[in-house]
Amino acid sequence: MQIPVEGFMYPNEVELQWSVLIVLYPFITGLVAGAFILASLERVFRVEAVKPTYRLALLTALAFLLVAPLPLQLHLGHPERSFEMYLTPHRSSAMAMFGFVYLWYLMAVLLLEIWLDYRKDIVRKSQSSSALSRLFYKVLTLGSNNVSARSLMIDERLGYFITLVGIPSAFLLHGYVGFIFGSVKANPWWSSPLMPIVFIFSAMVSGIAAVMLLYMLTTRLRGRTIDIRCLDKIAQYLLYTFVIDFSLEMLDLIQRIYEADESFRSLDFMVHSRLWTSQVIVQILMGTVTPIALLGLTQFVRFSETVRKRIYALAGCLTVIGIFAMRWNVVIGGQLFSKSFLGYTTYKMGFATREGLLTAIVLMILPFIILWVLVKVLPPWTESESISASAAHGTT
Amino acid sequence: MDITRRRLLLLLPSAAVAWKFVQAGTPEAAPNYKTSEHWWGMLIDITECIGCGSCVRACAAENDVPDGFYRTWVERYHVTDYEIERPQVDSPDGGKEGFPLNQDASGKNFFVPKLCNHCADSPCTQVCPVGATFVSPDGVVLVDKSYCLGCRYCVQACPYGCRFINPKTNTAEKCTLCYHRITKGLTTACAEVCPTGARQLADLKNPKDPIHEFLRTHSVQVLKPHMATGAKVFYNGMDGSVR
Repeated sequence: MQIPVEGFMYPNEVELQWSVLIVLYPFITGLVAGAFILASLERVFRVEAVKPTYRLALLTALAFLLVAPLPLQLHLGHPERSFEMYLTPHRSSAMAMFGFVYLWYLMAVLLLEIWLDYRKDIVRKSQSSSALSRLFYKVLTLGSNNVSARSLMIDERLGYFITLVGIPSAFLLHGYVGFIFGSVKANPWWSSPLMPIVFIFSAMVSGIAAVMLLYMLTTRLRGRTIDIRCLDKIAQYLLYTFVIDFSLEMLDLIQRIYEADESFRSLDFMVHSRLWTSQVIVQILMGTVTPIALLGLTQFVRFSETVRKRIYALAGCLTVIGIFAMRWNVVIGGQLFSKSFLGYTTYKMGFATREGLLTAIVLMILPFIILWVLVKVLPPWTESESISASAAHGTT
Repeated sequence: MDITRRRLLLLLPSAAVAWKFVQAGTPEAAPNYKTSEHWWGMLIDITECIGCGSCVRACAAENDVPDGFYRTWVERYHVTDYEIERPQVDSPDGGKEGFPLNQDASGKNFFVPKLCNHCADSPCTQVCPVGATFVSPDGVVLVDKSYCLGCRYCVQACPYGCRFINPKTNTAEKCTLCYHRITKGLTTACAEVCPTGARQLADLKNPKDPIHEFLRTHSVQVLKPHMATGAKVFYNGMDGSVR
């Protein structure tokens, strides 16, 4: 397959090394970190309004975290050797730490927090369901059947502590992903100390938006009424985080334009040609400025609940698309120009190939299937919750 | 010591790690070759290169380099006045079959052979998640293809575009400075066939190596010195437009 090249590329640079699957990797881990941070708002910062999304956010984080290593595995030339990263990690490599950061986050933070939070429900189900499901939940109790008030209080305290540890862990997980790119000095598009910070804030943005959308969707699918107070609060946090994220990205951009170092002309041309649609139109105008404007509008104008819900849904969708575009522009954009700054190559995405579009689509659908299963096994809501929320706001 | 089940469980992971090191083995040794006595690099004299592509062909033949990928290649620069920052560069098929005639008589033309710079502080070895790529004690950056994951991080980290993924092995590949030859007292395949002597293997630890005299008496540069990679491929007569 002939890859169109403009100008001069070093001969080994013509083919892109990191495909759409590596775009998915930071996108998915970002959703994980963002969803967890939203969950921690309720747990640690006692933002009661977002309580209806607490468990859903945790399950969303888990569903996406389980899928996070898959794009990497599929991308490796030798996936069967990936375990070597655990056995003989190269300490100077940013990538070598992925397995440890991932395991820490999965085992020590997310699974533990979910288990503690659901333990009471699990024990109840292990006693009251049908035989097969009783056995299943009995296994999930891990032999811990004590649901006395004192025991539950310990769960609560421990859960609080884990969330406290979890917040920096979520920052670590995604900040680290940003560092993988930001520390590549050979690539001026990536090399920036701001990269981990930008990744953390964009992760929070995408995670909050995704949980907000999932909350709206699942509530609607269940035929319940959305808790608008909760939605307003989430939208508010989304706006604040988004403003910080956008400011950081603009700071990076302004710095690059003002410094105009040796790579600037090449990168500027790339943004004005190959990345124009994905970066300027989709990421900045459609995926950042528009949702910020929409969310900002709801802070100044008193819209009806129905209008607000529609605005939040639209802003949420645009946000997730925008953050995906941001990951695309970082990963793919960073490989479209030559390190000689004299030419540009093209990304040709296959369809039904190991790293093609179909694989990417399947990988993006997979977390939703896992989430569906998780929601069935560990329902994040109780009937009383939704009824009381609806009654409280008189919207039933 | 009594081996209890608890102790055994504690010992197993350490034993697994230890076994990996045993499996990794020791590098192939050449008789009478001591890695500690050498520090390899290369000298490239741009003023001597005629762009014939012999080096690229010899490298491909010697190292079974797959088509479309290059352990070494030659670039042709065409630089016109006031355009030092925007040179026109081409390297058809890595310069393997030489270059078509350039009809443009303005400015200057010259050839720049490229290869791995065997950096002392190489960014590619820094980023490898399992240490499959490493700097040998004699200063050559090598890849253990039986260990490489094929994650391509090293390819991204190389500022010079010297690495690629071999489609046959799905592992990272690059110039080895013909390690299998130089450890047996031979020179590299590219230097061997260069008709003008534009490429010279250099042993920086050998006081008798002519490289020392050359470095003392000529103005030499390395590629992208601002990258601070400790590159050991030295270029004589390199124009400021070279990237």
